Amino acid sequence: MTENIIEVRDLVKHYPVTRGVVFKKTIGHVKAVDGVSFELKAGETLGVVGESGCGKSTLARVLMNLEKPTAGQVLYKGQDISKLSGGALRRLRRQIQLVMQDPYTSLNPRMTVGDLIGEPFEIHPEVAPKRSRRDKVKELLDLVGLNPEHINRYPHQFSGGQRQRIGIARALALRPEVIVCDEPVSALDVSIQAQVMNLLEKLQAEFGLSYVFIAHDLSVVRHLSDRVAVMYLGKMVEVGTEDEIYERPTHPYTQALLSAVPVPDPTVRESKAIIRLQGDVPSPVSPPSGCRFRTRCWKAQDVCAQEVPLLQIRRGSDHPSACHFAEKREIVATHEAA
Amino acid sequence: MSEQSAPGADGSGRPSGRLLEVDGLRVEFRTRDGVAKVINGVTYHVDAGETLAVLGESGSGKSVTAQTIMGILDTPPGFVTAGQVRFHGKDMLKMSPEQRRRIRGEGIAMIFQDSLSALNPVFTVGFQIAEQFRIRRGMSRSDAKKRAIEMLDQVKIPNAKGRYSNYPHQFSGGMRQRAMIAMSLALDPEVLIADEPTTALDVTVQAQIMDLLGELQRERQMGMILITHDLGVVADVADRIAVMYAGRIVEEADVYDLYAKPAHPYTLGLLNSIPRMDEKGQELRTIKGLPPNLMNIPPGCAFNPRCPMAQPVCREKVPPLLQLGRGRASACHFAEELVNRD
Amino acid sequence: MSDPSTASIVSTPPATMPTEAGSGAPTNAGLPENAKKQKPRGLLGDAWRDLRRKPLFWISATFILLFVVMAAFPSLFTSGDAVNGALGRSRVEPSSSAWFGYDVQGRDVYARVIYGARASIVVALLSTILTLLFGGAMGIIAGYRGGWVDAVLSRIADIFFGLPFVLGAIVILTTFNGSGTDNGEWTIMGLVILSLTVLSWPVVMRLMRSSVLATKEADYIVAARALGAGTGRIILKHLLPNCLAPLLVYGTIMVGSFIGAEATLSFLGIGLKSPVVSWGIMISEAQNYIRVSPFLLFFPSAFLVIAVLSFVMLGEAVREALDPKLR
Repeated sequence: MTENIIEVRDLVKHYPVTRGVVFKKTIGHVKAVDGVSFELKAGETLGVVGESGCGKSTLARVLMNLEKPTAGQVLYKGQDISKLSGGALRRLRRQIQLVMQDPYTSLNPRMTVGDLIGEPFEIHPEVAPKRSRRDKVKELLDLVGLNPEHINRYPHQFSGGQRQRIGIARALALRPEVIVCDEPVSALDVSIQAQVMNLLEKLQAEFGLSYVFIAHDLSVVRHLSDRVAVMYLGKMVEVGTEDEIYERPTHPYTQALLSAVPVPDPTVRESKAIIRLQGDVPSPVSPPSGCRFRTRCWKAQDVCAQEVPLLQIRRGSDHPSACHFAEKREIVATHEAA
Repeated sequence: MSEQSAPGADGSGRPSGRLLEVDGLRVEFRTRDGVAKVINGVTYHVDAGETLAVLGESGSGKSVTAQTIMGILDTPPGFVTAGQVRFHGKDMLKMSPEQRRRIRGEGIAMIFQDSLSALNPVFTVGFQIAEQFRIRRGMSRSDAKKRAIEMLDQVKIPNAKGRYSNYPHQFSGGMRQRAMIAMSLALDPEVLIADEPTTALDVTVQAQIMDLLGELQRERQMGMILITHDLGVVADVADRIAVMYAGRIVEEADVYDLYAKPAHPYTLGLLNSIPRMDEKGQELRTIKGLPPNLMNIPPGCAFNPRCPMAQPVCREKVPPLLQLGRGRASACHFAEELVNRD
Repeated sequence: MSDPSTASIVSTPPATMPTEAGSGAPTNAGLPENAKKQKPRGLLGDAWRDLRRKPLFWISATFILLFVVMAAFPSLFTSGDAVNGALGRSRVEPSSSAWFGYDVQGRDVYARVIYGARASIVVALLSTILTLLFGGAMGIIAGYRGGWVDAVLSRIADIFFGLPFVLGAIVILTTFNGSGTDNGEWTIMGLVILSLTVLSWPVVMRLMRSSVLATKEADYIVAARALGAGTGRIILKHLLPNCLAPLLVYGTIMVGSFIGAEATLSFLGIGLKSPVVSWGIMISEAQNYIRVSPFLLFFPSAFLVIAVLSFVMLGEAVREALDPKLR
């Protein structure tokens, strides 16, 4: 059994909605993340999927300690990271790194690649002595498949995929244990996306990294993840191994999500049944009572409006699901949802 | 570069009964840093009631082609240097701006990826749709409003009457894309160009929008050009597919043929590099390298530096887009071998 | 992932991805020939390349250089005496011996115009630098800290912004530099510089604040925070270089308008005073003789106009060069 490197307990992040300029009045809260618990084991990849507004990017920010949680804890090896500050926080930053979505905006356009990848060493000078830094940067460039001679170039002289490699090299510089990847390949073209995914896998094998891999693309998540968590409106609705989620989903939202993914194979066009969800995701300012998915769910009963379904293992299923009526369902065969 | 021969283009320039044809189109962008050859001889066509998917990655020229068809290419820096765009057999590139404007909306309409910036934020959604009826059809204010509400209803916007007076920012992404569709279909176009219509949307919403587009297209027997990079979406809705690379069509085929037996190594590479939902693969087989710089396209086949099958001939001769059988064409010197291998 | 605009097509580097991803083998990119010539250059480098091709830039830069040299080494241009004159030469018209003629006190106008550049340029440059530093710092604090700090600073700026420029300057300068006061040359210059700064910083602050606000949320700032970068580092390394462009442009234009403002204040008699030489003083002194000796007014005014125009044109050229949309 491997140890838990990160444990998240009942994490809540609310953003106040305010009105007024000088005298601010809080008129509500955006419940971006509302009670999320999970753990990340050493060396594994946890995929987090969900649609826009489900809180997955907020989750990344809280995990990175860029935002303080409203309630709950993020434990790194048993230590609550949101309580850290000063030197302790800086030391923690060496262990958890971030790869961001947009390779065009996540690199400072006024810095050369050498400065960008060297910046982690300047912030954490104890990691590498000054003399060796340039060589380290070149090593990193080489490691992520870029030409070390391009060390003096600026980001705009690289393509999107290459920039994402620069971002990965930067995250890797301090040899962290965990990398939080926030949609790292969704801005890239198909052929480039595959290259970056392979690179991430290679690096994980080489350095024993743990990834929290946040994405909206279910195929990408399945390809990289050992375990997958599905989020909807600030809550986790289902967690399981990659196999459990993709082959035996029990939460209606997961089922609908999976059925909607276009399959790159025209021959299944006719046989495939898409569960068509009605309407849009409700506002996170005032989420529905009880189960948050009930407004779009075809199984919704009275109990769904009254009781919040807990994320737990239910009868007839082998992994936790937050649905009162969790059950397996053949995604391809039937289709009765309206 | 050698001339291309392609299905649909008989080269004579006389009306061929096609609804919309792009024939030998070349576009370049003249910039401070040099000339980028964005489109290098693109030929495709779309007939009534069919969906042609134009598939390609960023910089392949798929959107620029669409902009040229619509006549909304930014000039400068973009210049059409050769080719024709024929609508009902007439070359639109030779028409007066007034004639072209008349075709826009009524003949050919377009929907864009970013619906938030494509709708004017200071007018209500309904007003923007109704305005077209008033200006182009000369309808009265109240008739136009009635028609606009009908349109909103047709694109399945719930409570269309109430939504008429909402502003674009009050709509969700999916609703906005529906409103955009309503707007572009208002004047009953014969051809609809959809440029990445669902790229900015979530999967569940994407499915709704693609369904809607398919339904409306069948109802109205429109020709649809679907521009996308998503091999999944294409497989779901397209009849024919044209794959673009570095400003050229490298393969054109029926959707089933393309996925079953790609006839160009680029198509094959693309299909191999997408992670599949239905299996947890090992390492993805990637296409090595990057797309070429359009200011400096490699000689011969533009794909040759990335191609696993490249031979010396690929660096010397530009492979023409040759027919390979019914409705099928490939611009690869080794297309036959590729299709005929097991 | 739609097709990129021209800009992004152009910026696609001519480099090819060296090796197949995942192989991890050393890379030796097959760069096309033209890529090797490409030196690394940033956005400022781009701007410089653009500037070099603008005649407007060269013309204004030449003039500015001329004025700066004039201010630093007036003796290079004239051997005349700017301060002492012989009343016998009062209002002698321009001639080959004295190109610009002599003023009421019989002083060489050419020498005075040359020596007058110093006061104008020094006042304008110093007040610009001071305004940029102070306004810029306030803008960074307000934009970066946000919240009530921003609210308070912005309101203070609004108050100063609301003061009419000339009126404000008159109030400040008559208080400290009214008739009867006996301030030295440098004290007066200091006072003029101070009043220009006090009345102009809100504009710079607003500019800086809005670009900091826009840049603060940029992904690369978040990335730097995630690495553990401190506030100082984020401001100096990440915010400042990316917010400087509009300030640079405004600063150049501001030098021009400050030259004019200095002249205005001197003309009104509340700025620099004789025996200090400045264009404003010369214009002020010449006004009484505009009917009989118009050349007394013409020469300092011409220099003033050319100096102001040069800076404004330079600012315009820099703005165009820095604005990628105009390329």
